[in-house]
This record gives sequence, C-alpha cells and structure tokens, in this order.
Amino acid sequence: MMAGTGTRNLDRREVVKALLGQREDALVVTGLGSSCYDAGVYDHPNTFYLWGAMGAAAMIGLGLALAQPGRRVLVITGDGEMLMGLGSLATIGAQKPPNLAIVVLDNELYAETGMQPTHTARGVDLAGMAKAAGFAVADTVRTDDALDACVGQVYRTPGPAFFDVKVSATRYPMSIRLRDGAHIKNRFRENLLGKKAFD
Amino acid sequence: MKAENPPRVWAQDIYNAFKRLAIVQVAYVPDAGHTQLILDCHADADMKAVSLTSEQEGVAMLAGAWLGGERGALLMQSSGAGNCVNMLSLAQECRFPMLMLVTLRGDWGEFNPWQIAMGQSTGKVLEHAGCVVQRVDRADEVGEVVFAAGQMAFSTNRPIAVLIGQRVVGFKDWSK
Repeated sequence: MMAGTGTRNLDRREVVKALLGQREDALVVTGLGSSCYDAGVYDHPNTFYLWGAMGAAAMIGLGLALAQPGRRVLVITGDGEMLMGLGSLATIGAQKPPNLAIVVLDNELYAETGMQPTHTARGVDLAGMAKAAGFAVADTVRTDDALDACVGQVYRTPGPAFFDVKVSATRYPMSIRLRDGAHIKNRFRENLLGKKAFD
Repeated sequence: MKAENPPRVWAQDIYNAFKRLAIVQVAYVPDAGHTQLILDCHADADMKAVSLTSEQEGVAMLAGAWLGGERGALLMQSSGAGNCVNMLSLAQECRFPMLMLVTLRGDWGEFNPWQIAMGQSTGKVLEHAGCVVQRVDRADEVGEVVFAAGQMAFSTNRPIAVLIGQRVVGFKDWSK
C-alpha cells in the first residue's frame, strides 16, 4: 500500500464539471485516458482530445496559447500524462504565457493500465515543480473551497497557472466515442477559425 | 591549416523561406548549424521562437499552434529525431502539418562516434513515424528545398522533415 500524499477526495467528474461549466470562450486541451473521458461528458468543438501522444497536452496548450493570446487556454490532464511531459513545465515557465492554465486531475495512479501508483503517490509535488519552473500561480487543491478558488483563477488570473487537483481513485466509464484525430482537429479549427481553417 | 566550415549563407535562405511561408512559431533545441537562424527568429518581432527541453515538445507545440491558426517550424539536430517518435503520432493521426528541419550529424566527416547511431537512422526513423523525408546536400539549394517542403506540409497537412546534410552544415576537423 502506498503512503499517498494526504487527502485526495475530490471527484474528478465534479472537478471537470466545475471547470468546464465556466469555460465561456476558453480553448481546452485534454490529456489521454480518464481526463479525455471526463471532458467528453461536456463535449465542445473547442476541446481538443488526446487519445495518445502521452506527454503532449501541456505543450499543445503552449502552442495554442501563443497562437491565440486573446483567449484562455485550459489544459486538463492526468498526473501520469503530466509526469511524462515534465520538461514542458520548464519550457512553459520560461515562456510565461499569461493566458495558459494547466489543471492536473491527480489520482496518484495510472488508472488506464491497472491502477499502478505514479510518482505523485510517492511524494513528488507537481505544483512545487511548476512553481519552481516559474509559473505565476501554482497550487495543490484538496477541498471544495480550494476548488472554487481554483476555477476562478483558471480563467482570470494572469498565468501561466498550474493546479494539481487531488482526486479520488474512482473510475468512470468512457463518455465519448469521438476519437478520429483528424476530425477532432478539423472540428476545433473550423469552430475557432471559420473559413480560414481550410484556406 | 585546418579547413574552415563554409559560411552559412543558407541560414538566411531558411529565414527568408520561413517569411514566405508565414511561419510564426519556431520551436527548437539548439544546434550549431542553426545558430544564426535561431538568432534571426528571436530578433523578428513577428515570430515566436521557443527553446525546448526536448524535441518532442516541439511536435506538440506545433500541433497547438496549428489548432490556433498559426504556422510553425521545428529545428533540431539528428540526435533529437528519435525523441519525437511517439509524439509524431499526433501529426499522423490528426494530419497536423509540420515543417521539421533536421541538421545531420554522424553523416559526413563526423568525428564523434556517438553521433553515428542517430545520424544514420534519422531519415528511416522519421519515415517510419509517418513523415515525408526530403534531403538537401547543397548549400545553395537549402532555401528552395525548405520553401517547397513548407508548401507541401501546409497545403497537404502532413509532417515533412528536411534533412540538411552535414556537408552543408560543416564539420569539425579532428586531425592533430
């Protein structure tokens, strides 16, 4: 049994509901696996879902944030996915995009592959790493009150912002069958860019 | 008297090709061959040059750039091509356009044996990862090849890698 890192009782679907309920015109990128399925419950053309390319979510967020400085960009991913792309915390910390926020749904597990513990279960502090990398805001979220504050900051605080949200190990069924990458990309671009998407 | 590397006029040719292609985001892991180009991209107020910790970050970043309506290019040395393999599934599955410029080591006159493995396999690795791979070995053709590759990438929505031969980049004379 892993020691874990303290309270992690928040429900991942409730967290994503709270986040996406206030998205307005924000652009969203998800990691693969559970975070894709969580966001899929609230499907939107301006959500780009990853079904693979583990470790890509944060950097897709950076490229998108640089291209769309007038829009909020929210990356919703898992702890395993974030750990695979740790170098991107340094790249984003150095670049400092003010419109980028990353939320990690941290269940301290690789849920898709058999519930093996990730390094966050062994005490690795993702928010601490983001802070040390130069993120303007970086915090760990464990309570409903902290989540409320986090949701506001995700959309309004000058970023880059990083929130490690400790969620329970609850697994939910796949919510979304949309998985064709070219379609997900084209749908996103057409909704954002209109006719220019296919120029 | 050691031979000097040829002057890198082709760096300016790549920069000009980038401007014709309306490249905005330039992601890179530094390579000596791209020194001047990296400086020029940072100096251009209309470009966003981003230094990466690993080449695979650039594949993801350019996917994000394209989602947001901007064109990008990724600069790397051949040693970085292997780092990109799984990330290139993004480009293949989603048909993201991607212009990758790879300066080769381990290719011609290489002195460092550790560069051979990736230098000799870069083209094959990138082809297997779904890239169209083109190669240029003459300095005076670099700009033209990069422009043509960029047009193909952004018009057909595919990753195109241009390998710039070590004979163009220049090599260190290792003789005593």
